Amino acid sequence: MPHFVAEFANYLKLFANFLTTPWLFVTLAIVLFFASLKYYRVWTRPRPAGAIALACVLLFLVSVTDHNFRKIVTQPDNVPIMAMLYIVGFFYWLSLRQAAINDERIEAGKGPREQDETNDRVHVWPDLVYIEFIAAILATVVLTVWSILLKAPLEQPASLTRTPNPSKAPWYFLGLQEMLVYFDPWLAGVVLPTLIIVGLVAIPYIDRNPKGAGYYTLKERPFAIGGFLFGFLVLWVLLVFNGTILRGPNWNFFGPFEEWDVHKLVPLTNVNLSEVVFIQWLGTGLPKEWYIREMPGILLVIGYLVVLPPILARTLFKSMYPRMGFLRYHVMIMLLLIEFSMLIKMYLRWTVNLKYVIAIPEYFFNI
Amino acid sequence: MLRPDGFGESFVAEKPGAPSKPPKSKLTEAVELVTESQIWGSVMRHGYPADGRTRSLAILSNVFLHLHPAKMRKSGLRMRYTWCMGGLSFFLFLSLTVTGLLLMFYYRPTAEYAFSDIVYLREDIPLGIMRELHRWGAHAMVITVWLHMMRVFLTGSYKPPREFNWGVGVILLVLTLLLSFTGYLLPWDQLAIWAITVGTNMARATPLVGYEGPLAQMLKIGDIQLVHAGADARYFLTVGRLIGEQTLLRFYVLHCVGIPLAATVLMAIHFWRVRKDGGISGPM
Ligand code: HEM
Repeated sequence: MPHFVAEFANYLKLFANFLTTPWLFVTLAIVLFFASLKYYRVWTRPRPAGAIALACVLLFLVSVTDHNFRKIVTQPDNVPIMAMLYIVGFFYWLSLRQAAINDERIEAGKGPREQDETNDRVHVWPDLVYIEFIAAILATVVLTVWSILLKAPLEQPASLTRTPNPSKAPWYFLGLQEMLVYFDPWLAGVVLPTLIIVGLVAIPYIDRNPKGAGYYTLKERPFAIGGFLFGFLVLWVLLVFNGTILRGPNWNFFGPFEEWDVHKLVPLTNVNLSEVVFIQWLGTGLPKEWYIREMPGILLVIGYLVVLPPILARTLFKSMYPRMGFLRYHVMIMLLLIEFSMLIKMYLRWTVNLKYVIAIPEYFFNI
Repeated sequence: MLRPDGFGESFVAEKPGAPSKPPKSKLTEAVELVTESQIWGSVMRHGYPADGRTRSLAILSNVFLHLHPAKMRKSGLRMRYTWCMGGLSFFLFLSLTVTGLLLMFYYRPTAEYAFSDIVYLREDIPLGIMRELHRWGAHAMVITVWLHMMRVFLTGSYKPPREFNWGVGVILLVLTLLLSFTGYLLPWDQLAIWAITVGTNMARATPLVGYEGPLAQMLKIGDIQLVHAGADARYFLTVGRLIGEQTLLRFYVLHCVGIPLAATVLMAIHFWRVRKDGGISGPM
């Protein structure tokens, strides 16, 4: 390779590594996500979408030429995760494309595409049974080829005396493991998963919008779809990606083209809110009693979870509140605020190195 | 041969008064001999599914197929609508059951043998891809279940009357992840034991019932701590303070029997409810 090409490639890699700095990467992802929802009618058309798909494939092909990136993505367990990113991307496109078509039809007074066929009743045998049969055969073929080409991983025999660095949870839980950086285990490992499950079950009882049942649309339920996909794509899939590709030894962040250096030094200067308030601002030193020391944080959390909902009901969700009623609204807002608090905590860490808003290690109660 | 209940319509039913047909070939005759026999008629309760009635009967008279309705919306048939993800999840579950069963012939869930049994599966079985089929099938199932949930959400298919089935689905999602999680430990290698260590360590921090969880110290009688490292949520999960042979056995039983049974029951409910809630959703 000519010298200047190699040099140029190096700069590109450095730039890519810079783009994946946590705060920048997540910010870019959020901006991209909302832009993709706003302009869904434009980019989902065949040509732009095809161009994006091509660019994504090329990006991958160029990336695997890099030694460090290749080392990560060719680990057997990581292959399906990379594939998943592209598969999820494809289905994101497919759903928004259909939403765009349907929304244009609805505006023209025609009703969604599904409407045309919804009253056609077909026999399950043969129409559906054949599709199932062919799908089963295809799935078998894909799975068999995949299994022949890629061997399942097996490492050294289990030993509790040799801790691998990094130790990673199974890949589908890496989003939660990522949350461990920002929250204590009782929140990231217990409360959050519980709330995700409860929140998912609660969705049909919270979302009372009668529109958009049985067809793809975005315009008729932007809030519900935006909220759900934000959680799924940004807070779940993206964090799985982070945990798989970007987290290295000591759970430090590494760019996709960066060598995993075990000795990478990351300054640990995290401070608690109480320290900021009493030491930096008031200059009095930390009070002895925990309830005085943590009062600012406790007030903040109470403000966020108790005072904010009624305020939002009168402002941002003014039109929604009367429709939903007290109970529905409060369940929804609580789930939303907690979903949002994950982001808040992440940004506070990246900007002001905040460790805990409330830190009561006496009771293992840290937020 | 026509049975008295009318179910035994023959393969090529001759109607009285029909115009005379060209002579039958030997093959047709042979087929007829089979399909009109008493044995065939006793197994198949209807003729070849060629018209509306027999097509419906094909579904209704088969214990497996009759989880389907006899007829459905055409819009629900479209790949672009369902992405086939629910069906694929189910198919993967079935194939995992079969490959898992085969793996059980070779695998002993003890600290002494688990790892070497996997090595044996990997190195010494000619053309052996059972372990691969099982592992990649499990990865694939996690992905298809996520995508299935995404499509159900995006088509608003959780709206009345399908709220309950969405809830059943969420529990299926949890069971899928738990199946995957318990299976992760079984190879008994470094990857397995440490991933499960990271995972089960969370349980230490469960509020009230984890010994490093908030409020747990408050649970005491006099000076006796009720929740401690030897009696808390993680200890219950891993049957010990560290991942060990007891954990392996517990995860093995949950993985091979407990969770699959629960998932099977819930899937039966799930599919039944898809039908009872009016089939695959479509616009009103
Ligand atoms: C082991 C996991 C699962 C299996 C095997 C499964 C299977 C299926 C199948 C075969 C269908 C028929 C329509 C289709 O294929 O889309 C279906 C529909 C449905 N599933 Fe699942 N599912 C699973 C998990 C879930 C999850 C995680 C959810 C949601 C949280 C869910 C909610 C629903 C709902 C609401 C329907 C009705 C959709 C409609 O009427 O259009 N399922 N499921």
